[in-house]
Amino acid sequence: MTAALDLFASAGLWAAMLRIATPLIFGTLGALLCERSGVLNLGIEGIMTFGAMVGWLTVYHGGDLWLGLLAAALAGAAFGLLHALLTVPLGVSQHVAGLGITLFASSLAYFIFRLAIPVSGSPPTIVPFQVLQIPLLSNFPFLGEALFHQTAPTYVAILLALLLGYLLGATPLGLAIRIVGENPHAAEAQGLDPIAIRVGAIAFGSALMGLGGAFLTLSAFNSFFPTMVQGRGWVCIALVVFASWRPTRALLGALLFALFDAYQLRLQHIVGKAVPYQLFLMLPYVMSIVALLVMARRARVPQALMQPFRRGER
Amino acid sequence: MRLERRASVPVTLAVAAPFGAVLVALLLAGILIAMTGAPVLEAYRRILISAFGSKSSITETLTRATPLILTGLAVAVAFRTRLWNIGAEGQFYSGALVAAMLGSQHGLQLPGAALIPILMVAGAAAGAILMLAPLGLRLRFGVDEVVTTLLLNFITILTVSMMIDGPLKDPMAFGWPQSVPIVGDAFLPKLVSRSRLHIGFLIAIGLALLIWLVQERTVFGLETRAAGLNPAATTFAGIKVNRLLVKVACISGGLAGLAGAIEVLGVKGYVTTDLSPGFGYTGIIVAMLAGLNPIGVVVTAIFVATIFVGSDGMSRGLGVPSFIADVIVALSLLAVLVALVLTNYRIRR
Amino acid sequence: MNDIVLSLEGITKRFGSLIANDDVTLNLRRGELLALLGENGAGKTTLMNILFGHYAADAGRVVAFGRELQPGRPRAAIDAGIGMVHQHFALAANLTVLENIVAGTESIGRLRGDWRRARVKLTEIARRFGLAIDPDARVGDLSVGERQRVEILKALYRDARILILDEPTAVLTPQEAEKLFDTLRVMAAKGLSLIFISHKLHEILAAADRIVVLRGGKVTAERITANTNKNELAELMVGRPVTRPAREAQQPGALVMRAENVCVAGFRPLSDISFELRAGETLGIIGVSGNGQSTLGRLLGGLVKPTAGSFELLGATVTEPTPASFVACGVARIPEDRNVDGTVSDMTLWENSVLERIGERRFSAFGLVRRSGARAFAKTIIERFDVRGGVPDTPIRLLSGGNMQKLILGRNLLTSPRILVAAQPTRGLDEGAVAAVHAEILAARRAGAGVLLISEDLDEILQLADRVQAIANGRLSPSIPIEDAEPRRLGLMMAGAWSEMA
Repeated sequence: MTAALDLFASAGLWAAMLRIATPLIFGTLGALLCERSGVLNLGIEGIMTFGAMVGWLTVYHGGDLWLGLLAAALAGAAFGLLHALLTVPLGVSQHVAGLGITLFASSLAYFIFRLAIPVSGSPPTIVPFQVLQIPLLSNFPFLGEALFHQTAPTYVAILLALLLGYLLGATPLGLAIRIVGENPHAAEAQGLDPIAIRVGAIAFGSALMGLGGAFLTLSAFNSFFPTMVQGRGWVCIALVVFASWRPTRALLGALLFALFDAYQLRLQHIVGKAVPYQLFLMLPYVMSIVALLVMARRARVPQALMQPFRRGER
Repeated sequence: MRLERRASVPVTLAVAAPFGAVLVALLLAGILIAMTGAPVLEAYRRILISAFGSKSSITETLTRATPLILTGLAVAVAFRTRLWNIGAEGQFYSGALVAAMLGSQHGLQLPGAALIPILMVAGAAAGAILMLAPLGLRLRFGVDEVVTTLLLNFITILTVSMMIDGPLKDPMAFGWPQSVPIVGDAFLPKLVSRSRLHIGFLIAIGLALLIWLVQERTVFGLETRAAGLNPAATTFAGIKVNRLLVKVACISGGLAGLAGAIEVLGVKGYVTTDLSPGFGYTGIIVAMLAGLNPIGVVVTAIFVATIFVGSDGMSRGLGVPSFIADVIVALSLLAVLVALVLTNYRIRR
Repeated sequence: MNDIVLSLEGITKRFGSLIANDDVTLNLRRGELLALLGENGAGKTTLMNILFGHYAADAGRVVAFGRELQPGRPRAAIDAGIGMVHQHFALAANLTVLENIVAGTESIGRLRGDWRRARVKLTEIARRFGLAIDPDARVGDLSVGERQRVEILKALYRDARILILDEPTAVLTPQEAEKLFDTLRVMAAKGLSLIFISHKLHEILAAADRIVVLRGGKVTAERITANTNKNELAELMVGRPVTRPAREAQQPGALVMRAENVCVAGFRPLSDISFELRAGETLGIIGVSGNGQSTLGRLLGGLVKPTAGSFELLGATVTEPTPASFVACGVARIPEDRNVDGTVSDMTLWENSVLERIGERRFSAFGLVRRSGARAFAKTIIERFDVRGGVPDTPIRLLSGGNMQKLILGRNLLTSPRILVAAQPTRGLDEGAVAAVHAEILAARRAGAGVLLISEDLDEILQLADRVQAIANGRLSPSIPIEDAEPRRLGLMMAGAWSEMA
């Protein structure tokens, strides 16, 4: 039992938490932004897969790591625009369109990957992001190793959560996004263009999803393989609800979630073969369902979520 | 630009829409094929030949279509009442797991005539239970079933993995994680000898017809349609929408579970974690392409099976990655969504 | 004339085959209070939506302060100094008053919203026009009257010089409406120009300087208020002399429904309501919308259970109400929103006719639908209740509101009910349909049904009811005979001030 508790005292656990949380932070923020404007984006799983692939491929073909991230973001935005086209001006069911985007983006990712990299024994690798040494902070005993031994994208993700919180809460643009998500007719009566705002929010949110995927291949691992996203996108969708659609809470939710995940990974080593490893792998999904259960009735849902906006119709 | 709802949709347009959508998807996928350097028309010709060129390829295509008909029906039935069952993949595995478990030599000791129906019912029941749980969470706690059914897919497949790694592991499989095979009596009779096509195909078609009849002619069909179109008015009319949802969840989950059971009993004889190449997710595409019509599901399932089986053959010959099949069907789904809007609405400036 | 601030020139707008506005021309002067009169479906709202840029007109142009507005863009109208108070408020319930008002007013590229300056400006405007409001209140927590104030403040905050109000009194008590018109007069005196849309003759006569009448999408008349009267306006609006069927005196019969101190929990709860309803009489429930009418309608439709008190139906205490048991007892139910609760818009007329009694032997057997029986039932309704625009197999969404309502009435009244619960039965209908619905309600009363009429329309209650009770904040006033119900008294009752009157 003490061994299980001792894990919390290891800096490695906290570093792993930040690492595991990073793609979830990107993905959750992206999904959150879409939903704040009133559109559910279930394309997330596929967009993350595509981001992971295209980011990796860019670097594999000699691109800079940051160029890889940019490519993933742009690809994410492109799929976001497709989702936006279907759901905003055309008003297609957001559930079905999102799933369609996921199936399309992931199959296209596998197709392009297979085309670029013929089947081989072991998957080719790249040199991923390295730990960014921050002067002073990284050398701080324990805390330095626990919190400041991360790659650059992790810091970007945390910064983004704070920025997005500021954007939604304190800027005219953020207010515009919120009012569109609450009541697009009210937004229109104020001279805002709900369609343009939704399209923009979805494109940008999807770009963040692409970044989340790219983190997997450019930082967490160094190669791409199909099904590597492993339902992280769906976890993000659950985390948005858990976070009550607030960016800073999304950050906390992702960290909490990742802490749990990092902890169970270490616990596996202690418990050994006594408990099947699949039970541990299930935990993130079970936790997501529990998170939904806890928050479903409490959270203040954007009122116009999943309601298509048609001019002049109410 | 504005969309204006058409007063009535011309029948020709409604029928032509999915075909047009598929055509657009094939055109777009053609661009991808061309990018690989392969001749596009030749590629499509080979897809057709590989899927329908010989008796064995035809039976193979229909074998592949069988689980797709069932998962397609599972999705169509659920979506019609606005129950968003995205969990057909997990329900498929749960049905497969239960059928394999009870059908093995350690399971039920019954003669074939009794064993097969019982295994199928058990598989369906497993699928139904797996759908009832998320519905319960929705009705009781207001949790959206889309995400819960999606997450349950992962949980179920991990459960299967755990079982075939542990208690169900086949000791004769050279260490491969697969379940103990079912007994010979549990195998479904073949439809065509020396092929993989089994009577599950007929069962699937029979169920499609049955569901169509129920939807068209019965009170239950009328009520479920009303509940999907307008739950408030349906409740006002005194119909218990929640009870309907429970029944629909059982039918939907049951169909997906049955698909898994039939795949084990008819084709594989055991369970692995790659038993389904995404039958559950593809079921969504099958159902949407069919406009949620049960008879249409049979047609679109065969179409999708054609693309998958055909692409395998084409891929071997022309070196186009076989993932092109997934791309084609996913594009078909997106295209049919657009086509549906354009049939129901007209665009005004 | 150069004091014309706004002119609409030859506006035409079609929706499919329907012509909503046909070559409409209209001028508004500085400091003027212009009323746009017309019945439901005359094209008033469409016209104002074009003016404000929600729609683009098919022909014609809008000129404000000498400049033509770019069509189809609310932003252009706002920039030109036009503000609109929508009938269904365009407000985000989860945002604060200040957020609702400020959204869209600042450049979207700004890195920080200047909420402090906005608050100062808002407070200043609110003081100048006497429209006090808490800027930090969540709009969802405000009363309907306060929300309307927010709508007006939104326009004033953007320095609107022209204000359009779409049916502004629909949600107000008579007293609140009077206060609103006082505010509007203050605004006109300060140089603003106002258009308000209404079909209520008395308030138009009381408030407007000039009246433009719209009928069938065309301007049919224009009058200076001083030179016209109620009868003339009514005839101009409808196009023929208006005759609504009148109520005849009749002796009430046995008690058919009784509630004593009934409470219902939940959203917009009811507390301690009591009433009695007898056969052959009409009890009117008057009230401003949002005071619990929906919950009352649901209680009387068998959809919710009383949490306290006793509720009797035909002499038997109701414990486990269901819509089916109410229908079986002979309760006819007209829901307040025919599009949400009353019909499944994508289903056919016959399906909508039988949905609530599909279990009856003539409509189903052994779980199978008897289509011939159901179609015949729908056909009888169509003929007997003069439902136009469809056959049994037409999707009901293709019917006009009036015909949809006639079908709903028909499916309920064809079976000679003992009780008729009608919630807002004529909301949004034109005069012809109103007369038809009123005639059916009176016929049901004549046939001996107890009628419980929930309405926001004072005229409707005065014409149909024998007795009236007011609903305010989830409570019911004691009943008064219709002879004693003069508008001022009803107004007080609707404001919840019945205890002071007694």
